[in-house]
Amino acid sequence: MHTVRKIENREGESVAPEERDRPDGINLGIERFHENLGAAKRPLIESRDFFVYYGDKAAVKKVSFDIPEGLVTAIIGPSGCGKSTYLRAINRMNDLIPGCHVEGALSLDGQDLYAPQVDVVSLRKTVGMVFQKPNPFPKSIFDNIAYGPRIHGTSDRRKLAETVERSLVQAALWDEVKDRLGDNALGLSGGQQQRLCIARAIAVNPKVLLMDEPASALDPLSTSRIEDLISELRGEYTIVIVTHNMQQAARVSDLTAFFYEGVLIEFGETRQIFTNPGEKQTEDYITGRFG
Amino acid sequence: MELRTRKMLDKSFTAVGLLAIVLMAASLLVLLQPIVWRGAGAFIFRETVENRRMKLEVLGRGSRERLSLEVTQAEAARKPVYDMLDAFEAEMEEGGPEFRKRYRGDYKEVLELVTELLGPRPGAAEPVLIRDRYGQTRWDRAEVKLHRILFVEEYDYSDPDRMGVKIEKPRAALFESTSLEPLFGYIEHNFKQMMLPKLTFYWRFLFDDSFDAHFFGGIWPEMLGTFYLAFGAMLFAVPLGIITAIYLSEYAGTGRFVSLLRTCISSLAGVPSIVFGLFGLAFFINTMKIANGKSVLAGSLTLALLVLPTVIRASEEAILAVPRTYKEAAMSLGAGKWRTIISVILPAALPGVLTSIIISMGRAAGETAPIIFTAAVSVGRPLAFWQTLSQPSPALSWNIYNLATEHEAVDEIRHVQYGMVLTLVTMVLLLNLTAIIIRARISRRLRG
Repeated sequence: MHTVRKIENREGESVAPEERDRPDGINLGIERFHENLGAAKRPLIESRDFFVYYGDKAAVKKVSFDIPEGLVTAIIGPSGCGKSTYLRAINRMNDLIPGCHVEGALSLDGQDLYAPQVDVVSLRKTVGMVFQKPNPFPKSIFDNIAYGPRIHGTSDRRKLAETVERSLVQAALWDEVKDRLGDNALGLSGGQQQRLCIARAIAVNPKVLLMDEPASALDPLSTSRIEDLISELRGEYTIVIVTHNMQQAARVSDLTAFFYEGVLIEFGETRQIFTNPGEKQTEDYITGRFG
Repeated sequence: MELRTRKMLDKSFTAVGLLAIVLMAASLLVLLQPIVWRGAGAFIFRETVENRRMKLEVLGRGSRERLSLEVTQAEAARKPVYDMLDAFEAEMEEGGPEFRKRYRGDYKEVLELVTELLGPRPGAAEPVLIRDRYGQTRWDRAEVKLHRILFVEEYDYSDPDRMGVKIEKPRAALFESTSLEPLFGYIEHNFKQMMLPKLTFYWRFLFDDSFDAHFFGGIWPEMLGTFYLAFGAMLFAVPLGIITAIYLSEYAGTGRFVSLLRTCISSLAGVPSIVFGLFGLAFFINTMKIANGKSVLAGSLTLALLVLPTVIRASEEAILAVPRTYKEAAMSLGAGKWRTIISVILPAALPGVLTSIIISMGRAAGETAPIIFTAAVSVGRPLAFWQTLSQPSPALSWNIYNLATEHEAVDEIRHVQYGMVLTLVTMVLLLNLTAIIIRARISRRLRG
């Protein structure tokens, strides 16, 4: 993809070229990831025999795995495999769909997400979400970012301005929009809009960021900027990303889960899944034999 | 299909579309032209010296010095008329019973017509009604009266197969070789000097009270009544309509009861407006007794019911047209359902909702039937805001009908009626224009 040369990662260690499959030269720090895994990252989102039904039809079947804190976990699989449904179960967005219900256990930080006493509002404050199509509100850029903090009770203008700036800086959008925060967000380009949505999601300080194919509606350049952003945010947030694009999963994620027909087929380190899958179906999908 | 045929079809469709637009514009012009032309007659007309007298004496407007000068002028021109009348009366005294009998009826008619044209004869007792205290105040009406003085209308029934044919004979012929004969020629030739017409722009027509059953003054009570009724109707219909629309689109779901509800709302929109009026009378006035008899409040409530289905349906459509993604985004940030509706869905639906509100307001302003039994009276003072709770008011729509059909002197005040029509049409057009502008502005803001 790029000229093969040795570069150094942040720790000053040299990185093998094959571990550096990114267009922009930002190092993923695979070694560090190994160390992190070695330190046994704490599991944050735990599923045990988790089912999601639409009516009688199960869209997610008996899924059990742990998503560790602070890493980027990709969920891949063909269309209709239940990956988006699983993702939307984490912040209970499926509640909006009539006839949708769950079985089994899904917990965040040891808290059962479907226990009756769970407050969906504070759950969604903890678990932010970015959607497939950029969906900024038809309001100003400022009001878009400030929307979350405002509904959670911040009304102090200065505090809001700080939050807006911090979120936009984190989402790598600040330099592009700082002079026109009052403009309508719908005037931004598609890629900018999606970064705005990410900024909007992180403005409420979530622990987890769910991304449902965040780059599938964007052009390649915007896609690569979103991917850069994901690696920037890695560590600060636990990121779960659903993607159709296997290269993308390989580029941005630490761990990969492969779903097929609602079942979790395989879950493991991204490098291992892509280089040495344990299951035949995973291999078939990755090599493009179906999907 | 061949390419050439397809291209020709496309072109002919464009042509048909353009033709339709041109036809519509033309028919609109044909429709609006008389309204504007005749309605403008209430504002811009040639007033006579009588009108200036009326303005000074009744409304206190104008310069006393200039008027007294003009009155002196007019009186000088009118003096021969009265002299001739006096002379003829003296002639009748002397002429003996035969002579008196012959001319009494015709003379009485002449006297009445002259009084109508010039006002009461000098020295006569002041009449009670304002309209009798002055001669013709408008030049166009004065010309009509002049014509009636000069000519006698008769009908010719000689052909039994046809309706009577109107023929006009000079009135002077009736008084041939009497002292009254020169009167008609004198009036005809000195008409201008007697009436002193002057072009005037009576913009206060909109803001003046009406006097003597719309003979004089303006239409302010009617305009105010229309404002109260339309705004009052919106006051009730808008919150109720939007809340219902939110319920139907966001909470109700798709049960059988809900679809029944929707059907009911739709059919409510098709109920004749007079039925709403009767309902308002039966429910708000006779059952609820919200006031002692008709009131603006009862009319507003009735009009609110009338426009409610429109507001509900249009608002619901607008809410349903808001992209689902906005809702998802708000929900994913932790907004509750109500919060999402208030902060995201309603603002995005605002153009549609506002348009429906303003168009409904135009409709409420123009409706006549619902207020006949509930709010409207033919003559009234302008109401203060708090009086609307208990008192009826005149309103443009109802008074147009009233002046056209039930007024005691329809021909004399036709200009007022046309002025009202023009005002109402302008108001409704302005409201619709506002709707279009607001919609465009908000849509532009939403689109970015």
